[in-house]
This record gives sequence, structure tokens and C-alpha cells, in this order.
Amino acid sequence: MIVYILCFALFLVGIYGALTKRDLIKIILSIGIMGYAVNLMFILFAYKTGASFAILTKEGINTNMVDPLPQALILTSIVIELGITALLVTLAIRLFEKYKTFDITKIRRLSG
Amino acid sequence: MILPFLIIIPLLAAFLITLISGEKDNWAIVLSILAVISLLALSIFSFFTTGNDTFIYEMSGWKIPLTICLVQDAFSTFMLVIVNLIALTSLMFSVSYIKHYSGTWKYYALFMLMITGMNGVIATGDIFNLFVFMEIALFSAYALVAFGGKAEEYEAAFKYAIMGSISSTLILMGIGILYATTSTLTMANIAAILPTKDPRIMYWVGAIFLAGFGLKSAVMPFHAWLPDAHSSAPAPISAMLSGVLIKALGIYVIIRFFFNVLGAPQIFLTLFMILGSISIIVASYLALGQWDLKRLLAYSSISQIGFILLGLGIGTKLAILGAVFHIFNHAIFKSLLFYNSGSVEMALGTRDLRKMGNLKDAMPVTSTTSMIASLSVAGLPPFNGFFSKLIIIIAAVQASHVGYAIIAVIGSLLTLAYFMKVQRYGFRGNDIIEKPEVSISTGMKSAMIILAILCIVSSALIIPGIREVTLDPVVSVIMNKTGYIYEVLGR
Repeated sequence: MIVYILCFALFLVGIYGALTKRDLIKIILSIGIMGYAVNLMFILFAYKTGASFAILTKEGINTNMVDPLPQALILTSIVIELGITALLVTLAIRLFEKYKTFDITKIRRLSG
Repeated sequence: MILPFLIIIPLLAAFLITLISGEKDNWAIVLSILAVISLLALSIFSFFTTGNDTFIYEMSGWKIPLTICLVQDAFSTFMLVIVNLIALTSLMFSVSYIKHYSGTWKYYALFMLMITGMNGVIATGDIFNLFVFMEIALFSAYALVAFGGKAEEYEAAFKYAIMGSISSTLILMGIGILYATTSTLTMANIAAILPTKDPRIMYWVGAIFLAGFGLKSAVMPFHAWLPDAHSSAPAPISAMLSGVLIKALGIYVIIRFFFNVLGAPQIFLTLFMILGSISIIVASYLALGQWDLKRLLAYSSISQIGFILLGLGIGTKLAILGAVFHIFNHAIFKSLLFYNSGSVEMALGTRDLRKMGNLKDAMPVTSTTSMIASLSVAGLPPFNGFFSKLIIIIAAVQASHVGYAIIAVIGSLLTLAYFMKVQRYGFRGNDIIEKPEVSISTGMKSAMIILAILCIVSSALIIPGIREVTLDPVVSVIMNKTGYIYEVLGR
């Protein structure tokens, strides 16, 4: 149970950072932390104490195995997060070129 | 088996464009127009051949709990028709609108990826697959919002990307909880297994998904990114975002998930009504104060999404009919209004209503079509917006939600007020504008004219004979609720 609580705490750290930090890079990192927390949650759901990975062994089919599907899903989700993070960093660099600052409170030409 | 092609064609077009087109040639335009025309033809064909049936396509020969399935029913094909119709007009408008940007082939490649994502979200019957397609559509939407390369555009795209990532993470979390509970990712299987589990899980997942997809569809407490993103993007992209993206990723998934998977529990319907009416009133009020034409239109989108959500929340057959009809109508007139704003911006170089004037002689097509679209969105009788709003209001009264009916009426009056403002200052003002040097190309004009005609013609969808083959199958899919399970699983 304690791992689930810690995993949720990690998620809350990410949300807290994304909502309160003023630095663009720290916001991007917070988004990353949120993503990691959710990925960890998937792996925890699939985890089973004492089980091994799900492949065919010499003895035949391994019956005591962890659920392999969440791991496949997480690989997909990691790739998606990589793309989004790359895009966010690119946008942050361009914003720095235009505004000469990473401070989100000084980047506000749009309002209303 | 048409549905896979609706995903393959735009994806193939996107990769071909990046491979063969360069700065000087027109391959990108030719390929993307060809792809979208074939998509529109396929989606219209599949809509009229589907009727009340449900067809399942199981990928790579596996059977349902193991495979990713595509579900073709009246509702998904209806949404596909809307997406590809607006995509075609948007491309027609884009050709001359984005000529002055550099690297236009990237624009077309991203555009095709966005269509891939939206078609995928609509067609799929697998919830993780839905997430992946949603990310494809959003990723290209972020990039397209920033396409112009101005400071404001980067700012809006960054804001949009941050909000989008937070909501996607929430949705992924919901998917994780669903998988942990039901051990399946096929939506029909989830719908079949979830009622046998602890009901609290359903409420938790519902709440997480409402926040996640509410952010995508910009319902009122989650709306902050929309006015920036939709007003900063190039006009044809604003039309795509406002017209179809928030519906394909937001409203469509909300309907699919809450009605077909969860079976429309009353608590969520009540939440829809509350969120919808907040969106209607507050967004209309905020729109009244705007002088930037595209920002006003963006706020108007939030309030029209409120109408759709209110109709869904009432939940009777008539109300769902109104909501479905309003999805179609809003896609048409809001895209048309964004094209109008784009052509005004191109000709006069401003979006500020105070700097516009009487465009009647300078830009007759833009001014006339904007009049039609404004009357349509404000809900005046011969136009389509009137009928969908009227149906929602009548349904609210019939279901004895008189308070919500009054809110909807006030919302329509406020809509009329701010579109009067657009017409009074923007298109029929006092200063007579001389003919501008930049003329509006035929492609842009024809995109506007097609949608203006549709604004009038689509009112006919409500005539009983036509309604029975167009809107009624869609409504019956939604009203069938978890009958979706038997349609998908029990062949």
C-alpha cells in the first residue's frame, strides 16, 4: 500500500510544480514528474511479488508471471512523453529568444 | 471495411509529404487535398451505408479482448463526416492563406497528422489506442498553433501544451485505473465488466476523465488555454481547432465514455448540465467584452460547447438530438467565422473590431458569409443554429429543467448581442473601407461560400424524412447507452 501512496505523492509533486513554479524549465520538469508517476502507477498495477517476466522458458510456459501489457503501454507512453517534452523545450527556447526570460510571469502578451 | 483507410490515408499522406515535397513545388498541396477529398468521400459513404448497424474491424486477425478494434457505428461515422468536411474547407482556405509563411510543406504534413489523430480517436474502440491517437492530434495541434513563429504564438502554444499534457496525464491515470480494475482495454469489455466491480471506482474514473476530457473540450472551469491558442493560430487552424478538435477529442470521447461505457449515471448528467450552463453564461459574458475578433470567436466556442454539454446533460432523446445537431452546426458556422476573421486579417492586417469598418463593398463575399454565420450562431430562424438551440431549450422545458432552459435562452440572447457587436463594428461599421491591395483568393472564397450554403441547407436535417436517415441513428447510438456492449461484443 505504501508504494501506491508514494506514487500518488510523486504525482502531487508534479502537479504542484506545474501549477506553482514560475520558471518554464521547472514547469516542463514538473510535467515530466507527473508522467513518471503515472508510468510508475501502471508498473505497480502489473507487479506481482515473486513473479518473473512473461516469456517462454525451457520448461514451457511460465505460469507465475507479471502482466506484460502495462509495460508495453508504458513504453508507448514514454515515447509520447519524449515527443511532448522535446516540443515543450523547443517552445521554451523560442520563448527565451523572443522574451529574453524564462519567467512565466513576464511572458504575458496575451491576456483577457 | 472502410475505417482503417480513414487512418491510413492521412498518415500516408503526412509521410509522403515530408518525403517528396520541397520549398518550391506544390506536391504538399496536391497530396493533402487528394487525401482529404478521398477521406470525405469515404466518410460520407460509410455514414450512409452504416445506418443503424455496427461494424467492427479487428486489427491483424486477433479477436476482441486481445486486439485493437475499430468501431463503425452511426455516431463515429457522423463525427468522421464533420471532421473531414471541415478539414477539406480548411485546406482550401489554407492554400493561399499560409503562402507567406516559410516551409509550408511542414504545415500540410502536420495538418494531415492532426486529421490522422482525430479520425483515429473517433474510429477506435480501444481506450489506450484512443489515448495514442489523441496525443498524435494534440502534438500536431501544438506545433500548428506555434506555426506562425510570432512571440504570442509560442506563448499560446506553450500554454496549450502544458494544459494538454496535464490533462493527458490525468486521462492516462484514468486508463490505468480502468485497466487495473477490469484487465481489459477494449471499451465494450470495460463497459461489460465495470458494473460488477465496486461502484466507487466508476465515480473516481468518471471524475478523472471528466477533468481530463473537460480540459480538452474547454468546458468552463478548464477553459483558460482556449482563447489564447485558438486566437493565436493561423485562421484555418483556428477553424480546425474550434470547429472539430475540441469536439473530436473532447465532446465525442465524453459522450462515448460516459454514455456508452458508463451508461450515463445521473450524477454525471447533472454535472454536465451545471458545467454546461456555467460555460454558456460566463463565456458569453466574457465574449461581450472582447475587441479582438478571433478572441471573441474563441470565447463564443466555449459557450457553444456549453450548449452541447447542456443538451447531453438533460439526457432525453430530444435533448441528445439537439446536442448532436448542435455539434454539426457549430463545426460549420464557427469554422466559417474563423475563415471570415482570417480573410479580414489578411486583407486589412488587423483583428481589432474598432479598426475595421464597412466591408460591404471591399469584401462582399466575406461580409455576406459572416452575416450568415453570425445569424446562424446567434440562432435566428432560417439558419441551422436556431433549430439546434430551440430543440435543446424545448427539451429542457419538457424535462422540467426550466431553470436551465432560461439559462440557455439568456445565453442565446448574449450570443446575439456579441455577434451584433461583430457586425456593427467589424463588418458593417461607419468607416467605408477602400478595396484592399491584398485580394482574397478563389480558394478562400469558395471555402467560405460552401460553408455559408451548408449553414442554410443543414437546417433541412431536422425535417422528419431526412432526420430519420441522418440524425436519428446517431441519437439512437447514444441513447442505446451500454447497448454498445452487445453491438460490439455480441455478433
